[in-house]
Amino acid sequence: MIPYPFTYRRAGTLAEAQTLLGRSADAKLLAGGQTLIAAMKMRLAQPSELIDISGIKEMSFIRAEKDAVVIGAGAKHFEVATSDAVVRAIPALAELAGSIGDPAVRHKGTLGGSLANNDPAADYPAAVLALDATIKTTGRSIAADHFFTGMFSTALEENEIVTEVSFPVPERAGYAKFPNPASRYAMAGVFVAKTKDGVRVAVTGAGPCVFRVPQMEAALTKSFTPEAIAGIGVDPSDLNSDIHGSAEYRAHLVTVMAKRAVAAASHA
Amino acid sequence: MSVVSLTVNGRKVSQEAEDRTLLVYFLREQLGLTGTHIGCDTSQCGACVVHVDGHAVKSCTMFAVQAEGCEVTTIEGLAKDGKLHPVQEAFRENHGLQCGFCTPGMIMTAVDMIRRIPELDRATIRAELEGNICRCTGYHNIVSAIDDAAKRVASEAKGKTA
Repeated sequence: MIPYPFTYRRAGTLAEAQTLLGRSADAKLLAGGQTLIAAMKMRLAQPSELIDISGIKEMSFIRAEKDAVVIGAGAKHFEVATSDAVVRAIPALAELAGSIGDPAVRHKGTLGGSLANNDPAADYPAAVLALDATIKTTGRSIAADHFFTGMFSTALEENEIVTEVSFPVPERAGYAKFPNPASRYAMAGVFVAKTKDGVRVAVTGAGPCVFRVPQMEAALTKSFTPEAIAGIGVDPSDLNSDIHGSAEYRAHLVTVMAKRAVAAASHA
Repeated sequence: MSVVSLTVNGRKVSQEAEDRTLLVYFLREQLGLTGTHIGCDTSQCGACVVHVDGHAVKSCTMFAVQAEGCEVTTIEGLAKDGKLHPVQEAFRENHGLQCGFCTPGMIMTAVDMIRRIPELDRATIRAELEGNICRCTGYHNIVSAIDDAAKRVASEAKGKTA
């Protein structure tokens, strides 16, 4: 499969990437390319220009701070999965990164690329939303609650680039997903995070966009046990239904994955 | 068009390529290294796995221009002085293949996983093969071959330090 023709440009710095992006009407940023190139091969995407930001050093870092782990948008999944800083502070996040795609995909795919694309079944959005992370861009800081706005859509403006994400360190966190047996994307993935302010629960894969489950959050804040949410379901009318599973099936998976995520978090 | 300069299997190469040329086509059609296979169009099958700067990647999901200045190793670059790489040897002895189409990608993935993970057990090997599909479903012997290869590589490393 051969993509439509395009012009390739390499940006060495963020400033250069912004200049290149501002000059072209339909340029796309190329980070790991593990979604974009696949879409271009299928001719589902046809950018006239690709601006390769994978070599920008200032976005490729992982830093432990006092109450947070800050990860550059260019950090690759395998780097997050194996980072001592992440494994120590938020092991569930390292585990999540190590469960994305397959080893070869994890050697290329990046945190920033995953968030900017906001695939309904991507793993990272669940962690970002449940951990109440802050997404820093070339223009501002965006709270996770305001970042994910719908299927494949985010609060990012034209020419705005995700540069880093700050993840507050929780007391406990856990992630569980039920991967589609063929694509390995989450049919339902649930990330739970417990902090001194309460519990946040974020669901990916099941609906058109990652979402929180307030009822589960309230129940888990009272009692952080799988049993506390065993009777809480999400409304299937808001969920995806396709050849892989009905909305009712996904709703069922959400509760099961949420219980598993809590159980995993308890043992972290 | 861009001129792409990179090192492939230890040899410096510099060739013109369209920007949209995927690395796998550059390797197969421009350099004649047809050991790297194309098994799907969806980045799922792993028959095209090569190493770029020491990491296993899918060469069908990367443009040749992105490999500018990189060190690429393909299945053709594993054997040294006519002697098979220990992972290749283990696949041969354990009959880790049936039709052989997925084998180059399986071996490149295996070499990468053995390098990354010091103590491989069979469950980990299976999990690490997530991105490599064998349509003959011959996974059992592939897992055995990698298990055996990991032990060979470990004992070779021990021999070197002893």
